[in-house]
Amino acid sequence: MKIHQLSLFLENRPGQMAAPCKLLAGAGINIRTLTLADTERFGILRMIVSDWQRSRSLLEEAGYLVNVTEVVAVEVADTPGGLGELLEVFVDTEINIEYMYAFAFGPLGRAALIFRFNRPDAAIDRLREAGLNVLEEVEVYHRIAV
Amino acid sequence: MELESAFHPASTPDYLPPVRMRELQLERLRAVVRRAYGNVPLFRERLNARGVRPEDIRELGDLRQLPFTTKADLRDTYPFGLFASPIEEVVRLHASSGTTGKPIVVAYTRQDLEVWTSVMVRALAACGLTHGDIVQNAYGYGLFTGGLGAHYGAESLGATVIPVSGGNTDRQIMVMKDFRVTAICCTPSYFIHLLERAGELGVNVRELPLRVGIFGAEPWTESMRRHIEIEGGIQAFDIYGLSEIIGPGVGVECSYHNGLHIFEDHFYPEIVDPETGGVLPDGEEGELVLTTLSKQAMPMIRYRTRDITSLAPEPCPCGRTVRRIGRIGRRSDDMIIIRGINVFPSQIEAALLAVEGTLPHYQIILTRQKGLDAIEVQVEITPELFSDKVGAMESLHGRLSYALEQTLGLRVEVTLAAARSIRRSEGKAQRVMDRRNLGEEGRHENPSTVALPRK
Repeated sequence: MKIHQLSLFLENRPGQMAAPCKLLAGAGINIRTLTLADTERFGILRMIVSDWQRSRSLLEEAGYLVNVTEVVAVEVADTPGGLGELLEVFVDTEINIEYMYAFAFGPLGRAALIFRFNRPDAAIDRLREAGLNVLEEVEVYHRIAV
Repeated sequence: MELESAFHPASTPDYLPPVRMRELQLERLRAVVRRAYGNVPLFRERLNARGVRPEDIRELGDLRQLPFTTKADLRDTYPFGLFASPIEEVVRLHASSGTTGKPIVVAYTRQDLEVWTSVMVRALAACGLTHGDIVQNAYGYGLFTGGLGAHYGAESLGATVIPVSGGNTDRQIMVMKDFRVTAICCTPSYFIHLLERAGELGVNVRELPLRVGIFGAEPWTESMRRHIEIEGGIQAFDIYGLSEIIGPGVGVECSYHNGLHIFEDHFYPEIVDPETGGVLPDGEEGELVLTTLSKQAMPMIRYRTRDITSLAPEPCPCGRTVRRIGRIGRRSDDMIIIRGINVFPSQIEAALLAVEGTLPHYQIILTRQKGLDAIEVQVEITPELFSDKVGAMESLHGRLSYALEQTLGLRVEVTLAAARSIRRSEGKAQRVMDRRNLGEEGRHENPSTVALPRK
């Protein structure tokens, strides 16, 4: 129900992003999606990977500081208004979106939205009540792999 | 021989015959030891513990029976514990940064201020200043001893003093040009910064009436001197001092620039082995230890300066008989001097610890940008500090910057570094990377072979 996202701290200089990506590729791990939050001083690389436990061990062994966060993945139609409709669910609630990212996938015109909520469990309840499809970890992996 | 045209009467002790100087020093030493023994409990306890009485000081060599005083003693007795005068007789307090959050406090009676002014007059006179000079005093005025020390010295000399204090570089350049300044007092790195800024503003300092710079409060090198003298069209003098002893005016270069004359009728110099504390013979390099011979409010007996230098006993061609020390190139502790401000890595640790309650691995990097010293603190991210949220990381950065700047009184560039990115050393952690290229030359290099610009 909640998805494990790995975050890495990167210094803001060339080559910082390539190294962890290569490391995972070498171990046969697929990065399903990623987003890079960058500031003038540093970057935070956030990733959803096919095997988060093994990825974490590999990255930590290589000296990276890895932060594991539970995020929520929601499937929506990849059409105009898809996101806006979904966000309506959280209006007038205590649920806050810390950040989010999205990606389109598959041949069916669908999109997956990844949310970092301040209250993920409450958010999931709301989404389900609204009839939205909250994706399981394994689903994220398979759907994206289609 | 002497390049100075005028002799100031205050400079008379600079030329005392050595035999007479030793007599004067012994007389003053006996008095100051009696005073400290009578009024400073810490000193009395230490002497009693050694079974030494003030009357055991019969010759200057007996000084080595006395215990050292260290910066830690000043910290441990904060704020007034080492005063030898009642507060009613103390007319001024100054403070400088200590090794932890608390500063160290120094005190002056009226007579102490008179002595301070007189040694500053002698220092400025040795740099060739007279009552005709217009002096831009760009040392900071305030708790720091630099500003007021130079101010009263220059005023007492009869020079015209401009108390512009530190900072506001464009205004400094305007003052220098419009007020026809002939001499400036500031840190050498700030003067280099002034030169660069003047260039940007289209002001050629070489063409201004400025002829002398009196630079101190931080170590600097012969290559900096050459740069300053050529770019500024001035003669650059090194001045030495420390708040614990009096402030600026402990010693100064004469126009021969071959070491700094110590005003040893007030400050008795010894060179000791920094490890064993044993006194070293003249000419050998070691830690400078100073005893104040005339201080009333806060006598310092055998104060460990942590500055590494040597004593040159041979006479100076300028005719002064007071002994010289070599220019200070390094220290025996981990104190860093940035823009005249003392910084200890322990202060940085305390500030980092205060932010999150844990001490991350860190490194201090010193650089010189456009002639100004800059300090960067790289802080390694720990699992406790790391968040996937940018806002949380930005806020951490802000808290670290604020804590460091509040503690050090300096702008600090904080860099968040990746885990394990800062090199670990085998033994004592190498916390400081000094990239300012200080002390890259021999201290005894004689720059008199360099043609000095004359106006």
